[in-house]
Amino acid sequence: MSEKRRVVITGIGAVTPLGVGARRLHERWVAGVCAISDRAGRANEYDAAEHLSVKEARRLDRSAQLAVVASDEAVAEAGWEGEPPYDSFRVGCIVATGIGGIQTVEIGHDAFRERGWERISPLAIPMYMPNASAAAVSMRHGLRGETYGIVSACASGGNAIGAAARMIQYGDADAVLAGGTEASVTEFGFGCFDTMQALSPGGNSRPFDARRDGFVMGEGAAMLVLEEAEAAKARGATILGELAGYGSTADAHHLTAPEPTGRPASMAITLALKDAGIAPEGVSYVNAHGTSTQLNDAAETVALKLALGEHAYKIPVSSLKSSIGHLLGAAGAVEAVATLQALNDLVAPPTLGYEVPDPELDLDYVPNVARPLVNVNGGAPVGISNSFAFGGHNVTLVIKGAE
Amino acid sequence: MSTVTKEQVQDRVIEALASFGPDADSITPDKTFEELDIDSLDLVELAQIVEDDYGVVLKGEDMKELKTVGDAVELISSRAA
Repeated sequence: MSEKRRVVITGIGAVTPLGVGARRLHERWVAGVCAISDRAGRANEYDAAEHLSVKEARRLDRSAQLAVVASDEAVAEAGWEGEPPYDSFRVGCIVATGIGGIQTVEIGHDAFRERGWERISPLAIPMYMPNASAAAVSMRHGLRGETYGIVSACASGGNAIGAAARMIQYGDADAVLAGGTEASVTEFGFGCFDTMQALSPGGNSRPFDARRDGFVMGEGAAMLVLEEAEAAKARGATILGELAGYGSTADAHHLTAPEPTGRPASMAITLALKDAGIAPEGVSYVNAHGTSTQLNDAAETVALKLALGEHAYKIPVSSLKSSIGHLLGAAGAVEAVATLQALNDLVAPPTLGYEVPDPELDLDYVPNVARPLVNVNGGAPVGISNSFAFGGHNVTLVIKGAE
Repeated sequence: MSTVTKEQVQDRVIEALASFGPDADSITPDKTFEELDIDSLDLVELAQIVEDDYGVVLKGEDMKELKTVGDAVELISSRAA
């Protein structure tokens, strides 16, 4: 097989509980800001009126709005200026979601229950379909290549970025706008997760801490502009980093519980590193899935040790979910954006709320305070970002910072 | 049910259309839906509002004939009378 085409990152955007903007996400997390209140992480600084026309806003579920706004930021950073710098049929778009447009479903269902099905909005389906965000981003930026949504619960965002990279590597696209979005912090959405006892009763997101007792729901979106390396260089783009590797496996074990030996998750990490051609010893930072549930954080710790061996003990492992909660289908994308910035700023952002070590969980989780990141390989720093999901989906992305 | 005037219908139609996006000042009877960027999905929503307010049922074939704001106001007021 011929040499793989390389995939570089030229733009990032994010709307999260830490604010509007990828930079804000990074800086506030590094500063130790926790954006969780009232048992959830809400994107309270996002105001549709600042970004969208009345018509755009009323035709997009909140989940699609967040994706569109994140995509605007990413495309602006990539310098696309109004239209993609490639044949539009060679630019794809993949936007993941775990849940889809649930706020629209709820409004439509209320109308149905109260006033009959004739009063359901004709916009209900195009707003709540899980591909609505991908469609909206494609229309927003005139992307006419392969475009679709991707669904694998809390691993969705990672899968979207991985699938986008493959699209470029295989030669089906020269660029792809990829990411994930979620806006399911509604009473109903909250109740659904709460009854399965997945949520922290006190709303405390403290990954890897012995007292961890469930995750905290969050909302937001992140989008990345991925381009084929040579094409990006040829157009003079600023290269922020590289999507160097992607690995994905399934537990085939249980609806919600992770496979306890950690082997399928570790295999995702191993496959991603192999895809990137990087040895475990070349990894400087792990952006953990770290949900703050008993089972995930234990299984992830085991998986990291299996995949990275002794090196797992030598590098920082931190969880963004300690700051913003669990963004479900957006998490993988938001965390990829956070990982890239951590690598480029050579800083290991902290796992907040970490006070009581769990004897079984003995890696370096960067408790509470950020610290300088040691680049172990001398070249562009390499990080991995894990996403694991209900349903047993495992994804690892290998991200390289700028040269 | 009290009689509805054409002016009342027109005000209500303009208010409804404005809620879909276009500036209220730009909505006049001679304007086409195309000019206002009002599409078939918007017109279904307009039909739902009209049925709620005036009991006038507008079917798909009725809507197809409508080109301008004035056309819609005419049709609705003639049926509401």
